Amino acid sequence: MPDVVIVGGGPAGIRAASILVEAGLRPVLVNEAREVGGQGYRKPARSLALDINALMGSEAGKYQRLHSLFASLRERIDYRPGTLVWGIHEKTLHTLSDDVAGTIPYDALILATGATDRIMPLPGWTLPGVFTLGGAQVILKDQGCLIGSRIVFLGSSPLLFLAALQYRRSGASIAAVVDTTPFSAKRAAIRDLAASPRTLARGVMYRTALHMAGIPVLDGATPLGIDGKDHVEGVRVKDSRGRERLISCDAVAYGHGLKPETQLAELAGARFRFDPDFRLWLPETDLDGRAGADLYLAGDGAAIGGADAAEASGALAAHALLADMGRPQSETELVRLRRQVERLRRFQKGLAQAFAWPIAQAAALPDETIACRCEAVTVGEIRAAVQAPLGPREVNRVKAITRCGMGRCQGRFCGPALQEIVAGACEAPIAEAGRLRIQAPVKPIPLHAALELEP
Amino acid sequence: MTTKTTRVVVVGGGLIGTWTAFFLVKRGWDVVLIEKGVVGAQSSGVNFGNLRLQGRHPGQYPLSLRSQAIWEEIEGLIGDRCEFERTGHLYVAMNEAEQEKLEQHARVAEGHGLAIERIGRDELRRRWPWLGEGLQAATYSARDATANPRLVSLAVARAAQRLGAEIVEHTRVTEVRRNGVGFTVETDTGLVVDCNAVVNSAGAWALAIAEAFGETAPMFAAGPPQFVTEPIPYQVVPSVQAVDGSVIFRQIPRGNVIFAGYPRTAADPVLNRAPVPPNKTLSGMRNLVRIAPFLRSAQVIRVWSGIEGYLPDMLPVIGESETTPGLFHAFGFCGHGFQVGPGVGAVLADLIVDGRTDTPIAPFSISRFRNAVQVSDKLAHEFDAPAAPGGRAG
Amino acid sequence: MPDETKQTAHKGQFVRVVPRHGTKLRLTIDGAAVEAVEGDSLLAVLLLNGRVVRHLEFGGEPRAGFCLMGACQDCWVSLGNSERVRACTTLAADGMVLWTNPRKDNVDA
Repeated sequence: MPDVVIVGGGPAGIRAASILVEAGLRPVLVNEAREVGGQGYRKPARSLALDINALMGSEAGKYQRLHSLFASLRERIDYRPGTLVWGIHEKTLHTLSDDVAGTIPYDALILATGATDRIMPLPGWTLPGVFTLGGAQVILKDQGCLIGSRIVFLGSSPLLFLAALQYRRSGASIAAVVDTTPFSAKRAAIRDLAASPRTLARGVMYRTALHMAGIPVLDGATPLGIDGKDHVEGVRVKDSRGRERLISCDAVAYGHGLKPETQLAELAGARFRFDPDFRLWLPETDLDGRAGADLYLAGDGAAIGGADAAEASGALAAHALLADMGRPQSETELVRLRRQVERLRRFQKGLAQAFAWPIAQAAALPDETIACRCEAVTVGEIRAAVQAPLGPREVNRVKAITRCGMGRCQGRFCGPALQEIVAGACEAPIAEAGRLRIQAPVKPIPLHAALELEP
Repeated sequence: MTTKTTRVVVVGGGLIGTWTAFFLVKRGWDVVLIEKGVVGAQSSGVNFGNLRLQGRHPGQYPLSLRSQAIWEEIEGLIGDRCEFERTGHLYVAMNEAEQEKLEQHARVAEGHGLAIERIGRDELRRRWPWLGEGLQAATYSARDATANPRLVSLAVARAAQRLGAEIVEHTRVTEVRRNGVGFTVETDTGLVVDCNAVVNSAGAWALAIAEAFGETAPMFAAGPPQFVTEPIPYQVVPSVQAVDGSVIFRQIPRGNVIFAGYPRTAADPVLNRAPVPPNKTLSGMRNLVRIAPFLRSAQVIRVWSGIEGYLPDMLPVIGESETTPGLFHAFGFCGHGFQVGPGVGAVLADLIVDGRTDTPIAPFSISRFRNAVQVSDKLAHEFDAPAAPGGRAG
Repeated sequence: MPDETKQTAHKGQFVRVVPRHGTKLRLTIDGAAVEAVEGDSLLAVLLLNGRVVRHLEFGGEPRAGFCLMGACQDCWVSLGNSERVRACTTLAADGMVLWTNPRKDNVDA
């Protein structure tokens, strides 16, 4: 029986595992977190007295179904929780578990590595008290904590309203929800958004609920900066009518939608193309998630589609893998899943327009704004490097000269902004700026991890 | 099509090419430097950054010392320090056999006027208390230094440009041919340059030009894997190198510890890729902890490599072509090009402008490959098995 | 102007809204004793008791994590024995010693 390995314990990874188990395989499921569910359906620790159904709201049913599905699979797969995959080379995963290095060989690999927030730098965004929007949700589910005593939800993301509402229900004091995309952009995107009317309706519902609760909601505002000396004290914005406002707060949940975690896909050999709708480099796959020989990508780690698309694409990837092993799969089921994934991802494309990545904000950033949190590289240093004689016009060269993207996170967070800043500084199309390449380790690994593993 | 006329075309914008262009324009000669990508992007930009004088090949000392003198004046020369620091270099031995090897290296270096300190076990622990217990002895050379390779080639190219050199990036030389007593250089962008002399400093890609003029060298490509830790409090000043080649490390004042170690891995100059296999990272980590146990909890955050040209006797090719007057080769630096780079540029400028140089370069002639060349004993343990002459550079 | 009363009402950045039941743990942050409950992440412990996780190696500005899910690497906190851990993915354990400032770590090591 071939060694099939799935990386990622979110909806895509779990659904892929279930299809493979039904087909009589016993896949390895590697999960970096201690609990399955990914970030969206993250399972709180038992000791936390959290009413997860209340928190998940309309998604509670799906949450419960996913976790019971996993419970039914648990003994029929080789489950490796708390295991980081830090490298992939010659069909072997290099892992780190409890600080000890190990390897997992595979014949076929499904990567379902999920997503993180996409972030545009802003003056003051490194101050204590500024967290990603996704992170604000995670800390509530995982630790039962709010990110602050008085919170601004800032950015352009459908999650902005969902997260604010979850916080509101948990008793948070919300100073404002500041949406940086103008309402007109949402109208323009309505055709793609109509691809998933239920999700659209839910978005409208979140917004209305916030409004009813008396929480100020600003549309089309331009963030000017986050103020504070040693921690967040307020957010400065220009509202849609051009008035400057200071919103006092001690925490900011900040984000511009999601971006796939594609580091492992790259190490496994996936190729990338620039997607003009998301303005991101995304791995190339076919409709079923094939990204190369014996390599399949699923879920938000392949293309942002949300939890439902993740489940369907996880199933698709597993079917594709089985078909490639010479086991015919139901064409009807494949067509159904492909349609579902395509529809949900088209909806996300609409969301990417309705909640736009703030390109204008990149151009307007003051030079002293930090672009790279890890290495404290400023926007001005990047612009100066690009505009110098023989200055680099490609992000990997800019990284070599400025250190932007060289730190612990390997450009995960500064990468998308770096592309915009470089393209802006040399007045070239964004795709020409390229994308930061990755090498293993994709996350830091301690030197002593290698000691247990003699050659 | 654009046609230009200049006195010298330099092919390749690595460290060698940019320094050569710099010294030529400094002496008043017109230069066009043509680079297939961007300057300093290959091994010139991603090497370890060591300016080591200890332990060099005996025949290389005059060139190395000339080069170090240029490094020591780099800021005055090009207007940029490029993080040059005279950090010193500590060569460490694990046992008596290695200590004897250090002693041999030390005598050669002293013969060329370098000051080498012999350091016993106790003094080693006293002066550098973060070193591991298992070390037998060391030699220390205070004049050895480090610089930031990511910055140097670009800074030298800019300095050359300010003095009048023309730097052409994203342009691949497709043909170099004889044109009377000079040359015509054709490129893939339509640029054609007529010139009196050509410098072949195309690194791992240099053989094509040499072979067009009826000479060759058994060059192969490899990538030296390198690793870096998160920043930790600064305390390691010198570069530290195990004489068995298993590991070399240094700490930059920002706090990151950079380390590398043999064996080097195969690289693909056609695909332009030199990936670092995870097993190399793990063995590098083990070797580093053995010599510097205080780093055992440090996190490795990044690895990289570049494509370098190697020759089986571990010596470069430097000098005028044997077949074609006016063609000058400088390639195959076997991972030692960073330190000698400025010296090589100065020597090539001597050869081109004066027709001769006072710096002895006879050991580096391309003619040595007409006969069977002595294969360096380093080849066996510094490279992955199949990397040696089989994996030919393009 | 920022509302000072709101900010001083809590000693920390985070506000616990869901109780956690379990074994009590004792840790120290920069030498001061704090309590935690089994299951708390180090990040939660640090930010329920203060507003900083670490000081940047370059220039020393305060940082308190960012992504809260193990991706941004901006919450590596010092354990004083020259060991560092990612606070958001590391569970608190009894007796842990946390330092938000690498200079203290230096003296300690």
